[in-house]
Amino acid sequence: MEYLNLGKISLIIAFALVLVGFWGLLSQKNIIKIIVSFTILETGINILIVALGWIKGRTAPIIDASVEQGPNHNVLNSIVDPVPQALVLTAIVIGFGVTALLLAYAMKLFRAKRTLEINQFNDLKW
Amino acid sequence: MIKNFLIALVLASFVYMFYHLYESYEPQTELSGIAAHYAENGAKEVGAANLVTAVVVAYRGFDTMGEVTILFLTASIIGFFLKLSKIDEEKVIIHHGTSELLITASQILIPIIFLFGAYVFMNGHLTPGGGFQGGAIIASGVALSIMANPNREINHHAILWIESISGISFVIIGVLGIVLAGGFLDVRLFGVGEFGDLFSAGAIPIIYSFIGLKVGAEISNILNKYQKSQKEL
Repeated sequence: MEYLNLGKISLIIAFALVLVGFWGLLSQKNIIKIIVSFTILETGINILIVALGWIKGRTAPIIDASVEQGPNHNVLNSIVDPVPQALVLTAIVIGFGVTALLLAYAMKLFRAKRTLEINQFNDLKW
Repeated sequence: MIKNFLIALVLASFVYMFYHLYESYEPQTELSGIAAHYAENGAKEVGAANLVTAVVVAYRGFDTMGEVTILFLTASIIGFFLKLSKIDEEKVIIHHGTSELLITASQILIPIIFLFGAYVFMNGHLTPGGGFQGGAIIASGVALSIMANPNREINHHAILWIESISGISFVIIGVLGIVLAGGFLDVRLFGVGEFGDLFSAGAIPIIYSFIGLKVGAEISNILNKYQKSQKEL
């Protein structure tokens, strides 16, 4: 059994969430459940991106008392990568927008057929 | 049956792919090129203690402007999509009454939630937080108020004005960067200031306050649209 560090644990959790999300997207019939699966998938991907910026034994990229600013132990050697965290902030906002739109569509679909079962929406099927 | 088999096949191939990614994963031990630059010069060049904020607002400010635009686009599409007819607009939402606890708690909590949201977006350059987080906190106060009283009228014009003025101010500050500093969205309009002060890091606190107001207004607008579309039932 090889050494399991925080980065690998986060990776396992992220992959598990992505798999649960895909399973839900493919197998669920209720539109609300599909939207929830979508959100779970998105959370998994966000955890994955943040985990890739992790460096062992370092602190958050905020320069304060916890970051030693001495000459040998400077900021460069005491923080994790800030770039993935900034990118995930963008991803979360886009994900929020997409989820809000999906919920609005779900609302309109329910108004049209009085049901959320995806099998009932077969107007374009032949 | 064949559907379940196909789903299992897709998931199995994902597991296979992820397993290889996991096997070859080696945690970083050093900051990579551009991150090292941000870590070394972020405090000096931008003056923000929170390096994530420095990256989001200063180094990748253009990206953030696109992000705010996408949020605006979402709010507009939802507004267009959930538009009510004149007759529906007059209706009242029928509900079974809300709990006394929720109503009382909302009266006490909503001002505090708004204050906390404002604190979070104004201190985005010093503490973990920022415009998007603060805006989301403010919108959660609006959500609480809607839950306490489903028929509450949210001032639509105020939301629209806050949103438009903050959006335009963000762009104006960006353009001022061309005149007063190095280029579009350069935050060093009036120097970097004392490291760690509330009014430091150039225009970051101002930009993040505008972003916070804009995001709060946009999410409140979306919530308002959802709330109103209940009348259509």
